[in-house]
Amino acid sequence: MSIASAEKSIGAITFDDVRVGQLIVAVAAAIALLRFQLPDFLVRPPDWLVWPFADWINFVFVFLKDDLGFIHVTRSIASVVEWFLDVTGNLLYGRNRWPRIGPLPWTTVAVTAAVIGYALNGWRLSLLCGGTFVWIALMGQWKWAMETLSVIVVAAPVSAILGVVLGIAAWRRKTVEKILNPLLNIAQSLPHFAYMIPVVVFIGVGPKAGAIVTMIFAMPPMIRMTLLGMKKVPPEIVESGKMCGSSSWQLLRHVRVPTARTEILLGVNQVIMQCLAMVVLASFIGMPGLGQKLLQLLQALKIGRSLEIGITIVLIAVMLDRCSKAWVVKQPKHFERGTPWHVRYRILVAWAALAVATFALSLLWPLADEIPRRHALTVSKEADLLVDWFVRLVDPLTQWLRGFLIRFVFIPMRDAYLWLPFISVLAFWAGLGWMVGKWRSALVCLGYFGLIAMSGWWDRAMITAYMITFSVFIAVALGLPLGIWASRSERRARFVLLVCDTAQTFPSFIYLIPVVMLFGVNDVAAIGAVITFALVPFTRYTIEGLKDTPPELVEASSMSGASAWQQLWKVRFPMALPTIAVGFNQTIMFSLFMVIIAAFIGTQDLGQEMQKALSSTDVGKGLVLGLCVAFMGLMADHLIIRWSDSRKKALGLE
Amino acid sequence: MQSPESAISCRQAWKLFGSDPRKYLASISSQHTYTDISGDGYIAAVRDVSLDINQGEMLVIMGLSGSGKSTLVRCLSRLIDVTGGSVFVEGQDLAELSERDLIELRRSKMGMVFQSFGLLPYRTVLENVAFPLEMRGQDRHARRERAMEVIKLVGLDGREDYFPRELSGGQQQRVGIARSLAIEPDIWFLDEPFSALDPLIRREMQDEFLRLQEMLAKSIVFITHDFDEALRLADRIAIMKDGAVEQCDTPDKIVLSPATEYVAKFTEDVDKARVVHARVLAMPIGEDDATGAPVDGDRTVRELARQLLEETREKIPVADRHGELIGAIRRSEALNVLFGGEK
Ligand SMILES: Nc1ncnc2c1ncn2[C@@H]1O[C@H](COP(=O)(O)OP(=O)(O)OP(=O)(O)O)[C@@H](O)[C@H]1O
Ligand SMILES: [Mg+2]
Repeated sequence: MSIASAEKSIGAITFDDVRVGQLIVAVAAAIALLRFQLPDFLVRPPDWLVWPFADWINFVFVFLKDDLGFIHVTRSIASVVEWFLDVTGNLLYGRNRWPRIGPLPWTTVAVTAAVIGYALNGWRLSLLCGGTFVWIALMGQWKWAMETLSVIVVAAPVSAILGVVLGIAAWRRKTVEKILNPLLNIAQSLPHFAYMIPVVVFIGVGPKAGAIVTMIFAMPPMIRMTLLGMKKVPPEIVESGKMCGSSSWQLLRHVRVPTARTEILLGVNQVIMQCLAMVVLASFIGMPGLGQKLLQLLQALKIGRSLEIGITIVLIAVMLDRCSKAWVVKQPKHFERGTPWHVRYRILVAWAALAVATFALSLLWPLADEIPRRHALTVSKEADLLVDWFVRLVDPLTQWLRGFLIRFVFIPMRDAYLWLPFISVLAFWAGLGWMVGKWRSALVCLGYFGLIAMSGWWDRAMITAYMITFSVFIAVALGLPLGIWASRSERRARFVLLVCDTAQTFPSFIYLIPVVMLFGVNDVAAIGAVITFALVPFTRYTIEGLKDTPPELVEASSMSGASAWQQLWKVRFPMALPTIAVGFNQTIMFSLFMVIIAAFIGTQDLGQEMQKALSSTDVGKGLVLGLCVAFMGLMADHLIIRWSDSRKKALGLE
Repeated sequence: MQSPESAISCRQAWKLFGSDPRKYLASISSQHTYTDISGDGYIAAVRDVSLDINQGEMLVIMGLSGSGKSTLVRCLSRLIDVTGGSVFVEGQDLAELSERDLIELRRSKMGMVFQSFGLLPYRTVLENVAFPLEMRGQDRHARRERAMEVIKLVGLDGREDYFPRELSGGQQQRVGIARSLAIEPDIWFLDEPFSALDPLIRREMQDEFLRLQEMLAKSIVFITHDFDEALRLADRIAIMKDGAVEQCDTPDKIVLSPATEYVAKFTEDVDKARVVHARVLAMPIGEDDATGAPVDGDRTVRELARQLLEETREKIPVADRHGELIGAIRRSEALNVLFGGEK
């Protein structure tokens, strides 16, 4: 299919629809220009338009909690969770609870991790796993890391199992799927903090609250992947199961679920990564561990120490990601008949031997059991010196940049966004909606942004919007050339993709360390973190889009004498645009998440209010703010995905 | 309703794919052709099929790709529900069976080999073959033993601990065959069961099925694209086109008197002499003609070729396998079959 003919027919959207959309956008601009003539109720959302959603939500929550006695239910669930946490807590860091055998010596834990790594993917993974724990122990972070891991060890399986069950329910019953789908959409675009407030109300603060919020937060991708996997089971396999006389339970247990293994395990991978991201953030509701330590150190501007913790978190993230991904691709292998059991189970045997050996060693030599803080290594002094030197070196630049950005970009941009009459903003989005999907999309966009206007947080939302706009703009401005550069050679592409993939597994919190180091605690740092975080998906999708241009098109254009530049702009880029759009979508989502997290180092947007709501456990306010963020994300998602889909169809890519 | 000896009988079975097939089927008459139906946005995968498969009979279904063979077999096993008409298995209306009875029927009576194997990817060969036994609730030892037996039968011993992806296409197909052999079902559905096998093993498998059928009187529905295979195995052949059965008859009849243009074209390239048996050509005899030694009615014209050429009698008597005279064949007619030429 040639590009020229693709240009003419953009899916079902005709030229006229685009015109109507443009007209609406033009009207929006005109309204904005006439701002001073406008009556007041068209400039700021008037009082009668602002509905007390927060009060309603609070009312419902109080009703649920006190009148229906829901709190007793949640408290008993929490005590079950706490029991599990006690067990893992005892084993990993010696919490004084049943079974009272912990803490396990760090050497035992490290060899266990190394053996798991080996079993999953050989020596290199084994080294990564073992090395991570050795690093943790040597750096004297054992207790914090184990506090964090003890929660993940409980939360990830629970979350995965519940996710699989819900996924299967959604697959069995269309109605469940219909109900779950919009809920999952919202859940996956709600910022982390919005989850925390209801949990604080129902459970309280501390490790069990942290564990429960982690479970809830990590579940949506598992549900999605299970549903996808169940739908993808080949009908012939199901039929053959039926003809073997399976009952529907047997069919599910022995045929469908095992066959959907790959998708389900991919879901498990996502669950684990989400758990890690959340458990670190749960320090905001009193979850001890690495996250809390990092939060304290960052707030005290102890850069060297926080770098150490950051490295630990990154190592754990990479380790968990690699292990669970290795599990996804690991295929069962057969043993020849007559293989003796110690060969069959040689890894298990090796583990048992190593575990016993390390245990014995730890009895003889205390340092193999526990490395106390005074014996621990630290590089924080050296790191501090180095960082200090570097910061001082770039200080003129960062100082200047800070001043420049705040004076000439942030403040004018913020003021401009706040100046805009809300009615023209609404019209603008409706117009964009019309361009991608006629009146239906226009209504969707109007609905999302209209609700934001009705929430009473218009100004804060506009501040969030300006930060998102700026961050996304910079992320695109940096990511696009980077992606183009990387996609020019196979090796570069592979390298940059690897970096992006790895960076994407880091918990969002980590991104705050370098920016705080460079800029201190202020909104330049916050936006810096957002940009870095958002840069990753954009670069990734740009490379993937450009790399996947159909080779015959590239060849055809070289044959017709296109220069490298022409080829890029006229052939590759248009073809890659739908994929890049998906990356753009993720960039917006990531920025929204990060803006809210970055709030605690100084912004005045929805995130700051969210922090306030969290500290005063105001569920209604927290959820309304969370939904405002979610609606922005969902609207962007709707616009971009609609556009990208119709574009793909027009280009014959799907 | 149906003759008592038929294992499966299906009456005016329809299967339509589309948005609301039942309602649509009620609105059309049986005069609607395949193209009419597809014009209305439906696919007529099975169209007004009535068939009986007798106890102990092997019925072979043939037809071009997409003619609805697999779909018909799925209707016969109620893997999918018919849109119209009904299917009886041993006198029971399949549509009226409860979920439980259907499972019981499949556990005790039915087996199927799938066109694309349908193996469970995360079970070894042994576990795959033992799967139907496991579903029946047999204990581990018995099922292992039985599974090993059939694995040996299909020539896969030594591979029982492999996973399906570690096997070649033909080996995978044999796992599928072994799995259906494991429970020795009375009614067998075989959807191109030998398509991926090499000629040697294919022949072995055919022999095995013939042996089983002879010995245990299985009722078998067999789909194939290979006419030679059909001839070796079939008691009767059903030829399908666009979802409908064009003709269902013994191989002899199909080549000798094709019911439609399509069947004639379908069998055009077949060497008739290898299909047609002497008994089929035999006509009732009067007093005068047909004297001398009779020929065996179960032999094909091809097998009698030499004798036919050397023969001087115009009418040759034919005897059945017990030596009873059943009629006589006209030599000229037999030679026509042998050499082609008009009837
Ligand atoms: N689940 C389905 N949904 C819609 N159409 C279907 C479905 N299954 C089969 N069909 C259609 O029914 C027709 C018959 O398909 P079927 O698989 O029975 O053909 P077949 O004779 O077995 O072909 P082959 O020799 O290639 O196996 C085809 O046109 C096919 O597209
Ligand atoms: Mg078929």
